[in-house]
Amino acid sequence: MTAATLDVSGTTATPFQRLVRVELRKSYDTRAGFWLLATIGLLVLAAEVIAVSVTAAQDEPMSFGDFVGTAAFLTSFLLPVLGIMLVTTEWSQRSAMVTFSLEPRRPLVIAAKALVGVLLTLATVVFSIVVGFVANLAYGLFQGDTDWTFGWPDFFAFLITQVLAMLGGFALAALLLNTAAAIVVFFVYKWVLPGLLALGGALMGWFETLRPWIDFQSSQAAIWDWSTSGEEWAQLVVSAIVWLVVPLTIGIWRVLRAEVK
Amino acid sequence: MRQGEGMITVERLTRKYGSFTAVDDISFVCQPGRVTGFLGPNGAGKTTTMRVMVGLTPPTSGQVTIGGHHYHDIPNPGRHVGVLLDASAQHAGRTGREILELGARTMGLPASRVDEMLELVSLTPTEAKRRLRNYSLGMKQRLGIAHALLGDPSVLILDEPANGLDPAGIRWMRGLLKGYAERGGTVLLSSHLLHEVEQIADEMILIGHGRIVAQGDKKSLLAGAASGAASFVTALDNEALTKALEAKGIGVSAAGEGLRVETETVEIGRTALESGIVLTDLRAADGGLEDLFLELTSQTQREAVAS
Amino acid sequence: MSMNSTVAPGLGHALDISGTSPTPFSRLVRTELRKTWDTRAGLWLLIATAALTGVVMVIQLAVVVAQDLTVSYNDFLTSTNFSIALLLPVIGILLLTSEWSQRTAMVTFSLEPRRPLVILAKLVVGIGLAVAAVAIALVLATICNALYGLLSDFPVVWDLSVLQTLAFVLMQIIGMLTGFAFAALLLNSPAAIVLYMVYSFVLPGIFGLGAALIGWFEDLQPWIDFSDAQTPLIDASMSGEDWAHFAVSGVIWLVIPLAIGVLRVLRAEVK
Repeated sequence: MTAATLDVSGTTATPFQRLVRVELRKSYDTRAGFWLLATIGLLVLAAEVIAVSVTAAQDEPMSFGDFVGTAAFLTSFLLPVLGIMLVTTEWSQRSAMVTFSLEPRRPLVIAAKALVGVLLTLATVVFSIVVGFVANLAYGLFQGDTDWTFGWPDFFAFLITQVLAMLGGFALAALLLNTAAAIVVFFVYKWVLPGLLALGGALMGWFETLRPWIDFQSSQAAIWDWSTSGEEWAQLVVSAIVWLVVPLTIGIWRVLRAEVK
Repeated sequence: MRQGEGMITVERLTRKYGSFTAVDDISFVCQPGRVTGFLGPNGAGKTTTMRVMVGLTPPTSGQVTIGGHHYHDIPNPGRHVGVLLDASAQHAGRTGREILELGARTMGLPASRVDEMLELVSLTPTEAKRRLRNYSLGMKQRLGIAHALLGDPSVLILDEPANGLDPAGIRWMRGLLKGYAERGGTVLLSSHLLHEVEQIADEMILIGHGRIVAQGDKKSLLAGAASGAASFVTALDNEALTKALEAKGIGVSAAGEGLRVETETVEIGRTALESGIVLTDLRAADGGLEDLFLELTSQTQREAVAS
Repeated sequence: MSMNSTVAPGLGHALDISGTSPTPFSRLVRTELRKTWDTRAGLWLLIATAALTGVVMVIQLAVVVAQDLTVSYNDFLTSTNFSIALLLPVIGILLLTSEWSQRTAMVTFSLEPRRPLVILAKLVVGIGLAVAAVAIALVLATICNALYGLLSDFPVVWDLSVLQTLAFVLMQIIGMLTGFAFAALLLNSPAAIVLYMVYSFVLPGIFGLGAALIGWFEDLQPWIDFSDAQTPLIDASMSGEDWAHFAVSGVIWLVIPLAIGVLRVLRAEVK
């Protein structure tokens, strides 16, 4: 007798774009996922309404860029939560077992998730800009004059920094594979660490020279300014390696080797 | 065993967790067109073995191939191998339909396939719209079976599929898997309940403490068992039958309305004929297999039997 | 039906509960305490809290000694804002939400159907952990300050009063309780943690901005900004108005969420 075989010649491997579409669907098909996305949208709306009413009432000068910046401030801490949940819910809900049975090429699954994070970030950016546009129009109605200062450089800087913020959460989630831990560490990194680094820099000379190379958030200023200093871009790259590449690499290595339970 | 003709081939598989050996150097094959029952008490290593099969747990040594391939190398594996390891391992916030929908999309199947599967496992449209956290164990199990069958695979790997199913559900599943195997499919299903497996499996693999202690079909397993056969019998005149059997030196004891007799059915029938006693019920006791199962998988007996 | 038949069906078999005493509260507390550290996640959270407290203080000690800075006992204690104040609320949150995400609430509430007692036991455990964390912080700060005296040329300053210690304990308990209240309100770990982090890091900045921009908001802010209302607690300089601010903002951020949350837990269908 001959060995029984599976004829797999007629089967094509799962195309990457199909994985991306499935992962995208997973990001909103649960109540928790849907409300996270809805919360991001609603918060942006609420913030712009408050921003318009406050600045118009108080005669504060505002530009299109300022309104978009308000939205960017809000989305910069909810997008990382989105990035975290994309990864960790598979583990906390144990659906990774099914996901990795249907697509054992785990790096592709992770890449699809990361791409979904980027796509949702793009959508958020577009939404923020549209809402910012409307907010600026409304402000113009109340105030009589509008300032449309918001160029392509600002747009791309906004886009890149938001993607980096989302990926920061994604990397921590891959590293820790635990929702609660990843969220806590992310907020510490985002809100506590810059202060500590600045304090350390103020106290110690050597630390002040080191700081720009490890402070990923302040080094992102180079993107907003479209800095011409090579050193600032180098600092951005180095700090990105520390906060994005290293955790992501260790995290992916961990997911690839992990026994999925 | 006849190695090399199996659809699922497990070769010298070992999985250790620190000093604990969950699966200890096991080899077996599952053939196409047959239902293979993977039988063992809780914690015997059944789930670990099945997890290694689908690449969720890396083996310490040894390997598993399905149809000549490692699971990892099968393109779009859901179309070839249907897997149900844990029906609860799904996002509790998704509806049953959505879970199938995601599977169908991953495998590139039309949405109509989802409805077909829901109908196959008798989940009503209303039930399919409920979220998994509101499912009973049996409903989760039906959904899991539907998920495994989604891609019309030729191999099925099911861990405790009867868990939580009601008697009607178990009968339904038995028919489903029998039919599936008759059409040429390969089925491996695990269970810790002997009665569940013996009614459905063509082939049985008994595992205890991470080692295979016996394998074969029901007859050959029973033939290999050292203990003699026993039967249950009920006669119009139980007393007369008891006397006739005891006269032949055969052990008889009361069992419910009838008798338990320590011999094969043919011997009882002969005795009844000779004595002119009318029998109303006569069947072989399954105790032989049950005893064998318990004996083979118990700690003390393991080494002796395995060698 | 005969009355002297002891097993007559239909007569109703009364469960003899006269010999069983209800679960004592102390036992519930002990069980809940055990639950905080008997999982890997719980144990590591407690270890991380203690370790972070130690690490922050040691770094602080190393920096001030190396840079010839003057610090006091109180400064060492304040640095726990980066460790205990940050992680205690997370402990408070997980105390409650893990029962929901892991679905153990089903078991917990079948063994003790008097849910208010279970919640109370969890609260007692949370407060106990907060007190324990403060005790650890006080000991570590004492060690660091003593070392500082040995290593630096400056005199050691032991500037901590009983009143300040009590205020410090109160602040940590409030932090824990706020986390607990958010958790009860949302019954979901990620949502509660995000809400707490936004509340403690993002909101003060927005309140400050609003107060700077709008006149009437500046008058309102002290009454609704709970973190700001706690600031005078740090040096135990609470005036009558400060206490009023503290009470009103505390009702908004602590009492109301806790009340709604507890009500929700009591009425929830446990799945």
